[in-house]
Amino acid sequence: MEFLGIYYYWVFVVVLMIGFYAVVAKVNLIKKLIGLSIFQSAVFLLYITMSKVSGGTAPIFNDEITGLLYSNPLPQVLILTAIVVGISTTALGLGIVVRIKEEYGTTEENEIQEIDRR
Amino acid sequence: MKVLFGVFLLTLLVITAVAIVRTKNLFVAVMLLGIFSLLIAANFFILDAADVALTEAAVGAGISTVLFLGALALTSEHERTATPHRLLSFAVVTVASLVVLYATFDKPTFGDPNAPVHQHVAPWYLEKTPEYIDIPNVVTAVLGSFRGYDTLGEVFVVFTAGIGVLFLLSARRGPSGRRQTAEPPGAAVGLRHDVIPRVVGRLLVPFILLFGLYVQFHGEYGPGGGFQAGALIAAAFILYALIEGEEQTLRALPQSALNALMVGGALLYGVVGLAGVFLGSNFLDYSVLASNPVSGQQMGIILIEAGVGMTVTGVLLSIFHAFAARDRA
Amino acid sequence: MALLLDIVSWVLLAAGGAFVLVGGIGALRMPNLYTRMHAASVTDTMGAVLVIAGVMVQAGLTLATIKLAAILLFLLITSPTSSYALASAAMLAGIKPDAGSAADLEDSP
Repeated sequence: MEFLGIYYYWVFVVVLMIGFYAVVAKVNLIKKLIGLSIFQSAVFLLYITMSKVSGGTAPIFNDEITGLLYSNPLPQVLILTAIVVGISTTALGLGIVVRIKEEYGTTEENEIQEIDRR
Repeated sequence: MKVLFGVFLLTLLVITAVAIVRTKNLFVAVMLLGIFSLLIAANFFILDAADVALTEAAVGAGISTVLFLGALALTSEHERTATPHRLLSFAVVTVASLVVLYATFDKPTFGDPNAPVHQHVAPWYLEKTPEYIDIPNVVTAVLGSFRGYDTLGEVFVVFTAGIGVLFLLSARRGPSGRRQTAEPPGAAVGLRHDVIPRVVGRLLVPFILLFGLYVQFHGEYGPGGGFQAGALIAAAFILYALIEGEEQTLRALPQSALNALMVGGALLYGVVGLAGVFLGSNFLDYSVLASNPVSGQQMGIILIEAGVGMTVTGVLLSIFHAFAARDRA
Repeated sequence: MALLLDIVSWVLLAAGGAFVLVGGIGALRMPNLYTRMHAASVTDTMGAVLVIAGVMVQAGLTLATIKLAAILLFLLITSPTSSYALASAAMLAGIKPDAGSAADLEDSP
């Protein structure tokens, strides 16, 4: 169980950095948005990892079985709203990218800066 | 066995993430993003977060893929420029990852019941939910009642994103500014020419709608609630639009109805909150909505979940129509 | 009796896993898109039926079994449809179904 815990945290760091690399290094705007989406998912994974209690179960009461250990419901609530907010902002970002494509004719950042400079 | 399963899923996650970033074809990247979302949803499920897994699967693997594909249809599908400052980016990312890795050494042991996060509010929520609200799903109780203010803000964020996209891409107007002409009746629209997807899709749409309604109203007894239901109902209409074409879908559920849903949901939430004030108690206090405080709480949660579902459906469908109706330049 | 049910569900789950493995190997090793999809569809149909049947045997006669049967029905209706839609789209995009066979790969000079 010790190894699994460390593995969860390290995979969180790796996926976080992969998303971060996509946002920082890539030039295509939609690729950057995809990288941002990956970044968000890694953060969600971290929160839900911290909410797990070993030997616990999902925090839904069952009338017949009592005395169970439940996993923490609070991070789950936070992440539920965070997922929907994430998709809303991604949709808004995609709308902006579509408008940029219509105005500038391209979605590559260096070409957009080139056009702006002229 | 659980260790093996967890390790396997996490490794697949990393491989998929690397593949997404490395591919130059954006269509492939979006499809892999759908698989990535589904793997994260499976991970959430084995970490006992059933509600969150349902939301991630419905919203991330379903709606997000459709929105990205809609945006890809209006922009280009290939990433043309190679990464310029590759070494510098790697250096920055390495430094950042070392910092975050250093932080993981202080994190609590995985699954430790004495970790700080399980100490303060969470046991209170688990203990007081049967007493104050008396519904089985603690996540819905916390989301709807104990942390209802956060959810109100979040409904307004979703609403704002919907208005934002409608401002940017007001439907049925392209860069030339002319109205999109109506399709001639015999034209091949959507997937109408393809018999098998058409028949199966039309068969499935009512069941998906029914399942969406089930998830909406059973959010108190099992995993579910407004967000997942909104995404599912929007997905049913999107399936219909893919098969029958966008015109027909707008005839089935016109833009005015979508506007009414968007606004009505947020308004319902606000009205329920204000009803608490008018009946003599605090904002978003549902206990005064009925004679018995516990039933008042339950009624309040049903109403606000309905509001959330309405807003999410309206917003997701409006965004889909905004992308789908845009003239291609 | 419980032991018999356990053995039956073990056999079903193992057989389902074997079919999923076969589908995966086929999706990797087949030469062109159509044969790969044909191999992958084994996962969707036989793999899904056997795995879900194994889990249904474990669940016994409860509500969970009915839900699993509903999921199985849904999977059996939608997976072949999506494979068909994919193949149809590939055909419309111009990918020809005769891009070689395994024998060509082995006999190439």
